[in-house]
Amino acid sequence: MWEYTDKVKEHFLNPRNVGEVENPDGAATVGSLACGDALKLTFKLDENGRITDARFKTFGCASAIASASALTEMIKGMTVEEAAKITNQDIANFLGGLPEEKMHCSVMGREALEAAIAHYRGEPAPTEEGKIVCECFGVTEEEIARVVRENNLRTIEEVTNYTKAGGGCGGCHEAIQEIIDRVRGEAKEIIRPKLSNIQKIKMIEETIDREIRPTLQMDGGDLELIDVVGNRVLVATRGACASCAASHLTMKQVVEAKLRELVWPELEVEEVSQ
Amino acid sequence: MNPIYLDNNATTRVAPEVLEEMLPYLGEFYGNPSSMHTFGGQVGRKVRRAREQVAGIINATPEEIIFTSCGTESDNTAIRSALATNPGKRHIVTTRVEHPAVLSLGARLVQEGYRVTEIPVDAEGRLNLAQYAKSLTPDTAIVSVMWANNETGVIFPVEEMAAQARNRGILFHTDAVQAVGKIPLDMKNSSIDMLSLSGHKLHAPKGVGALYVRKGTRFSPFLIGGHQEKGRRGGTENVPSIIALGVACGLAAQKMDVENTVVKALRDKLENSLLEKVPRCRVNGDRSSRLPNTSNISFEFVEGEAILLRLDEYAICASSGSACTSGSLQPSHVLRAMGVPFTMAHGSIRFSLSIYNTEQEIDFVIDTLPGIIENLRALSPYWEVGDAICVRVEG
Repeated sequence: MWEYTDKVKEHFLNPRNVGEVENPDGAATVGSLACGDALKLTFKLDENGRITDARFKTFGCASAIASASALTEMIKGMTVEEAAKITNQDIANFLGGLPEEKMHCSVMGREALEAAIAHYRGEPAPTEEGKIVCECFGVTEEEIARVVRENNLRTIEEVTNYTKAGGGCGGCHEAIQEIIDRVRGEAKEIIRPKLSNIQKIKMIEETIDREIRPTLQMDGGDLELIDVVGNRVLVATRGACASCAASHLTMKQVVEAKLRELVWPELEVEEVSQ
Repeated sequence: MNPIYLDNNATTRVAPEVLEEMLPYLGEFYGNPSSMHTFGGQVGRKVRRAREQVAGIINATPEEIIFTSCGTESDNTAIRSALATNPGKRHIVTTRVEHPAVLSLGARLVQEGYRVTEIPVDAEGRLNLAQYAKSLTPDTAIVSVMWANNETGVIFPVEEMAAQARNRGILFHTDAVQAVGKIPLDMKNSSIDMLSLSGHKLHAPKGVGALYVRKGTRFSPFLIGGHQEKGRRGGTENVPSIIALGVACGLAAQKMDVENTVVKALRDKLENSLLEKVPRCRVNGDRSSRLPNTSNISFEFVEGEAILLRLDEYAICASSGSACTSGSLQPSHVLRAMGVPFTMAHGSIRFSLSIYNTEQEIDFVIDTLPGIIENLRALSPYWEVGDAICVRVEG
């Protein structure tokens, strides 16, 4: 049994905005019967370009229905430009999260939204372009690359959870791995030259807060960022960490590895007593 | 709320009579059946009695029964034993619609250098017997074909197939996990060499099963250990569950009649009423040769997981062959092997009844489900264009 949040269950049992808008300004259908889920999204704009009504029809499982219901609730009242910024993660967050294996439902929501906006703007639907990588589920190279980029995916299994690609015969696994490698390679290249000193400090701070401190705090320890000098990250240990003989190892192996991975590959963590 | 449990091919409730018999052996009678003292010996007697009861339900002799931990262990033991005792043969014949206990083992054996032939089925889920006959070769060590399919309930002509295998000097194993207790099985008048059964499918607890091995069949144990089970399966016996399995087999033998009259009538009522009340649905599997308790129905243009979770709101328990419930993104391998169209496969629901179901429960499902399907179809973008798609599918 899937572990759905109460909000997913609630939107599944009482879906909002079911149906189709009459004379819609934007409309699109994504997915297919063969794939096991499909979503038809229609919306209507007022004279100021705001979405006044949005409706959906979904063929699919509980999380597909809930994701579509959530999407319509989210975009009502938004301008098209605002709606265009919605990511699949936003849809999942709105529902309090989705099981990993069901993230593709949130991606389907975002795809339908984008396709409907493209329809409104008179552009071709974005997912229809590009080379098909996964023949079983008809997923394009572009779509996979995008989901990898936006959700920071690392493995083929994650790509399958988010796009279904690779979930059938498995013949495209090699191609998916290549896309992951390429996108992740690109990501590093793009971030590095753009990182200013202030950005770097901010990212280090954020990474420590998000990735490192919660774990340390569970063991009664803590970590404080003292300064950043070039690539030297000066930190001080607090609480249980300050008196722990293994903390030096933690600094090097965990903190430094995390910061190198997420912020800058040449960072070096140094412990100072303050 | 008490659940309306229509998922008995997944597992069954432990019969109260069974629970009562096994409980003392979790408590005061904790002796080891192999011990020399009276305290253990009395437990040994109960295990012997259980062996007789299990043998009874398939008309075998007690020496032909080996207790195992589950159906999967029985299947693995049978197939591995056949390969070990026929080291020159490198070919296995099975079907596309087997339980993963056999199919996944087959995939592993391919990696180990064996050849595996999987016999296909037709749209009704019936095996292609012509292809079966052709698949048997001098290199074939064993045939493994389930007696009845767990998803559709379709019963396969295993006796006929076993006779063909025997004529060619090939061992024949059947996974009878779904068949035992539902239809009469008679190993004394059979060409089957090995048969798997499982406790929790017939109102005994989970974690116990048995393998029938015909007297005179060469055998190689799967678990190497002590002298238990005459050296054919090492490991101290799971005494309370073995006693439970014995009692459950005794009960099942008594209740087989009920299974084929009362339970069958309830199943038919459920199936016929749903076919009548819900447009665009159909039964998966050959209705003329089926277990009396199983009904697999596809509801077009709706997705199985959504149906199950709506049913769950009414505490109705069933299962589905849809992709979303299989965890593999594709519909069940059985429905795919049958060539069930995608419009139907994603919306398949399996109801599997037991002697504990009542007419009231079935009536409640008949009253509840059509509304759920209608409601979900109202959500479905394909429902309005349903007619056009259907013509294409059926043509």
